[in-house]
Amino acid sequence: MAESGKIDPMHQFAIEPLFGTDHWSLGGFNIAFTNSALYMVLAAVVLWIFVIGGMKRELVPGRWQMAVEYMTGFIKNLLISNVGEGGKKYIPYVFSLFMFILLANLLGLLPLGLIGMHPFTFTSHFTATGVLAIMSFSIVLIVGFWKHGLHFFSLFVPHGTPLAMIPVIFPIELISFMVRPFSLGLRLFVAMTAGHVLLKVLAGFVINSSNAGIGYGLTVGSASFVLMIGISALEMLVAVIQAYVFALLTSVYLNDAENLH
Amino acid sequence: MPQIAQIADTYSSQIFWLLLTFGLVFFVIGLGMVPKVQGTADARDAKISGDLDAAKAAFARADEAEADYRVRDAGNRAAAQATLAKAKSDAAKATEVKLAAADAVVADKIAAAEARIKGASEAAMAEIETVAADAARDMVARISGVEASDDAARNAVKAALAHG
Repeated sequence: MAESGKIDPMHQFAIEPLFGTDHWSLGGFNIAFTNSALYMVLAAVVLWIFVIGGMKRELVPGRWQMAVEYMTGFIKNLLISNVGEGGKKYIPYVFSLFMFILLANLLGLLPLGLIGMHPFTFTSHFTATGVLAIMSFSIVLIVGFWKHGLHFFSLFVPHGTPLAMIPVIFPIELISFMVRPFSLGLRLFVAMTAGHVLLKVLAGFVINSSNAGIGYGLTVGSASFVLMIGISALEMLVAVIQAYVFALLTSVYLNDAENLH
Repeated sequence: MPQIAQIADTYSSQIFWLLLTFGLVFFVIGLGMVPKVQGTADARDAKISGDLDAAKAAFARADEAEADYRVRDAGNRAAAQATLAKAKSDAAKATEVKLAAADAVVADKIAAAEARIKGASEAAMAEIETVAADAARDMVARISGVEASDDAARNAVKAALAHG
């Protein structure tokens, strides 16, 4: 990282195989257990531990059970307000999606660099967010065509469209529909990447200005450090908001599939 | 940008591990555990609303019972007051009858006593007239030596008594 004395803010996104698994493959495809995969597993394990605390099933809940029930209730309300009563069957999927992304975002923000480890945010890779977006989009398509058959295409002709306008409106609506998985996946990827780059650039300012001399360190360095503290708080907010936006848009799209217009 | 630079080397591993971990999350946590958590919350909500409904019903029953009690209480009061009024008027009537009887007895006794008093005072008057006439005759005889007749003395005494 610090070869030639430069700090590369993009190095944090590099994927490296761990534990000598570089050559694991499945059907000719490389499936090395990378640092990215490690954080996926960590997110899954942390989520599993979190939800286990909600499995006590007591009538009067403790704090932990209350927290888990709050999260499931939050997703339930999100789905009911966007999809209606029929949205309840998507609680398992949207809950998994929201919590998995949320924990991925938050685990990637942990200050593990202080103890010599390299935190990794797999939601800053569009290979990962893209899979999640395509999954949500596929569910929308499957549910839409399953429930409404070819009538699902009426989604692209809004109510009250004059007959003459249909040839124009239909392609526009179709394109805006097809763009959804890209916007869904790229939004999360871009938000996470931008935040982490900004933090690393500012951290580079702190280090390089301190190395340049005590005067620079006290002015540029401390100013950058104060800014970093603020932006770290902002990034935690962004981590929550982006997970929420992903879950919210997924439920909005599910509403189209469930209820058409 | 490693996301793009490494894509050819890492896409398969990324997709594989994401599907594996998210699949486990979805099937184990999402389908296996979340419905139970949600079920507990739903059962609690149902219990709370059930208890609230029961409490409301109990309230309504209590109100009904109170209204019932008030009606019965008012009825009992009215009946008691009627009984009381009847007893009072009966007692007053009985007292009146007894008083009237006692009055009659008392009036008889008073009349008899008055008659006796009148007789006694008349007798006493007659006695006084006789004594006074005798005294008058004696006084006349002693002063003038004339024997006054009995009638003259009696008339003079009567006239003197009448003038007081």
